[in-house]
Amino acid sequence: MWYGFPIRPEQASTIAEGIDHLYYFLTAIDLFFTGIIFLTIFYFAIRYRRRSKDETPKQLEGSLPLEVAWTVVPLILVVVTFVWSSSLFIRNSRPPTAATEIFVIGKQWMWQLQHPEGVREINELHVPVGRPIKLTMTSEDVIHDFFIPAFRVKKDVIPGRYTSLWFQATKTGSYHLFCGQYCGVSHALMRGEVVVMETQDYERWLSGSQKAESMAAAGARLYEQYACITCHGTGKGPAFNDLYGSQVKLQDGKTVQADEEYLRESILVPSAKIVAGYDPIMPTFKGQLSEEQILQLLAHIKSLGATERKAAQE
Amino acid sequence: MSTTAVEATTGVNYLNAKYGIRSWLLTTDHKRIALLYLASITFFFLIGGAGAVLIRLHLIEPQGALLEPATYNKMFSMHGIIMVFFFLIPSIPAVMGNFLVPMMVGARDLAFPRVNLLSWYIYVAGGLFTLYAILAGGVDTGWTFYTPLSTTYANGQVMAAALGIFITGFSSILTGLNFVVTIHKMRAPGLTWFRLPLFIWAMYATSIIQILGTPVVAIAIVLVGLERLLHVGVFDPALGGDPILFQHLFWFYSHPAVYIMILPSMGVVSELVTCFSRKRIFGYSFVAFSSVAIAVISFLVWGHHMFVSGQSVYAGLVFSALSFAVAIPSAIKVFNWTATLYKGSVSYQAPMLYAMGFIGLFTMGGLTGLFLASLATDIHLHDTYFVIAHFHYIMVGGALMGYLGGLHFWWPKMTGRLYPDGWARFSALVIFIGFNLTFFPQFMLGYLGMPRRYAVYPAEFQVLNVMSSAGASILGVGYLIPLVYFIWSMRYGPVAGPNPWNAKGLEWQTPSPPPTENFEELPIVEEEAYAYGVKEAHVG
Repeated sequence: MWYGFPIRPEQASTIAEGIDHLYYFLTAIDLFFTGIIFLTIFYFAIRYRRRSKDETPKQLEGSLPLEVAWTVVPLILVVVTFVWSSSLFIRNSRPPTAATEIFVIGKQWMWQLQHPEGVREINELHVPVGRPIKLTMTSEDVIHDFFIPAFRVKKDVIPGRYTSLWFQATKTGSYHLFCGQYCGVSHALMRGEVVVMETQDYERWLSGSQKAESMAAAGARLYEQYACITCHGTGKGPAFNDLYGSQVKLQDGKTVQADEEYLRESILVPSAKIVAGYDPIMPTFKGQLSEEQILQLLAHIKSLGATERKAAQE
Repeated sequence: MSTTAVEATTGVNYLNAKYGIRSWLLTTDHKRIALLYLASITFFFLIGGAGAVLIRLHLIEPQGALLEPATYNKMFSMHGIIMVFFFLIPSIPAVMGNFLVPMMVGARDLAFPRVNLLSWYIYVAGGLFTLYAILAGGVDTGWTFYTPLSTTYANGQVMAAALGIFITGFSSILTGLNFVVTIHKMRAPGLTWFRLPLFIWAMYATSIIQILGTPVVAIAIVLVGLERLLHVGVFDPALGGDPILFQHLFWFYSHPAVYIMILPSMGVVSELVTCFSRKRIFGYSFVAFSSVAIAVISFLVWGHHMFVSGQSVYAGLVFSALSFAVAIPSAIKVFNWTATLYKGSVSYQAPMLYAMGFIGLFTMGGLTGLFLASLATDIHLHDTYFVIAHFHYIMVGGALMGYLGGLHFWWPKMTGRLYPDGWARFSALVIFIGFNLTFFPQFMLGYLGMPRRYAVYPAEFQVLNVMSSAGASILGVGYLIPLVYFIWSMRYGPVAGPNPWNAKGLEWQTPSPPPTENFEELPIVEEEAYAYGVKEAHVG
């Protein structure tokens, strides 16, 4: 606030203050150079105004030292800004390892948010204060964009792939959630609220909300319902235990990391990457599973590896 | 008054050499084609400007004061498409470039006069397609046509509008080609590269971008058409495509396109600053090569439009560094223009006021670009009003100010008449003030988090939106004043004479308006550009 007039949104996440500092620094550079240029032009324009009609001013060719000076000074400033900004960006893009994962599905024109415990929300996201949250996001139709100004986070939500962002709220309250990427007629209505609560309030809210089964449990049910188990549970196909996050050897000798993108592709386009030692016999599940169901299967697969890795970490 | 005017211009010139509609529609004279372009881009500017007026009126109230959301979306899409493809990109190259490139290099016409006329017809055909798209229901994809919204989900005349842009692209390519060949092959004896006016350097750099960049956006449009009409999966993941691929193709052209808009204005400003301070440009070769540097780097920065699209961290870092690099040649230009005034003989005639306005607004536009080249801050600012404000400072505060400055400078050459300088200075001032009132609040709106392309918005953003709309009404008046006195001057303006500003440059050494063949005798160049130190041999 500046004399009651807001100049920045609320700082409600761990990264907000750092971004604002860089913003102030850039604003200072901006004002400094704009000031220099404006004042110099005004000064020259008045000091050297035309006094008689046929003045012939002495001609100057230019000056190498000056050219060097006004190349090098801006260069130093942009290098400083680049290094500062990029290190901040790299730090901000790395989610903490212990983040709680929430799934986001964007569709024209609403946000569907799914907590791991099975609570599902529309256009409203409840999160506890002080706990890192990682969002794994995809879209059912066009490109959307998940934007929370108070947290200084933003990421496109893209059909056919997963993007992610993370934040850790520092202040309870209710903050705007906007769709940032133009997505059709009701783009401006694709808005919601992020409600940050004290941990015990959050737990109370979570237990009071209507719950479907947890994401992982729903995935386990799909695992049987779609008969994944007949191959993946019998050795005909690769097993899922400890799969998520591991390095997978492929038939062509390459290795890939088993992340969300790889697992998604293996469900929808099984022939794209064949695991070494297995036959390419899996049928595609394209068109049979909704985005939500794919996310549930991923949650199931992740849950099969989570316990042991957690133990190893401790 | 008007009788003396007629007497003073009895010489045969390109305007009165022939009469009748046919003589205009079939002309191959680069000066007449420039006027054809002037009329057509002014027409499109008025349409695009009307769109802007409706947008700003609508945003006075948070729930939207005027339009349905669907109509609002079509309005900003139309505003963007018309202003970018049918006004800004052709503006200075097609009007002033056409008029001046042959005269500045001392030639009788462009290298390919008939191709030049063809390019105007292509432009008109593209414009008609786009007008049809607007009248037949409009497009609501934004001027960016992001997939899969444009290929699968959007209703409306997407293909007609895209086809209009596709067609117009060829006009842009042909104009660029014509300029490159003319500048290489048709310079007058003695006119070496480093004696060329900086406007020519700027047109040369611009032409290179037009020739190399435009085909890529054409390819992108063809692929959108294939997917939308024939369901060939290119961009839509449901068809096996990649939606981000479109953004690469689109911005590979559309980022350099920003420099198609701003480089010519920079060229114009170099002409104006030297003439109205009676000084050789400070650091000629630095200004010249910075144009080339900007043109080259412009092709390597498209990824900064995709910092939040899930592009890898490393790609983000590279694109960020390259985007910062553009700041250096831009800063060199601004400092050199400023230094040109030093110990000069500065007069504040209307073109100079526009040029000074350009330098100030371009400086602000360029510096706010640093916020967006910087990854950490761009994440927050991306797709907000900060971006809107930034690129309007470049394209309107920069490109359009330069265009108006150039029009005021060369208007006497084009028409042989002077406009009222007092009114012209007044309009420059009104535009400068109105512009800042319109767009400065949008920087603040953006940092507060207001997303762009919102037909309705949270109530806390209203104050700044009302300020912006109020500024826009001043800006609108500022643009209408020149329209009135320019039209007035064509009939009633005092006769200009060949060189009303006492300017250097070959175009001022021939009568105003020039004869069809430009020069009675082709000139021989024996001095540097902007040789303002040398006393005039003959008084104009």
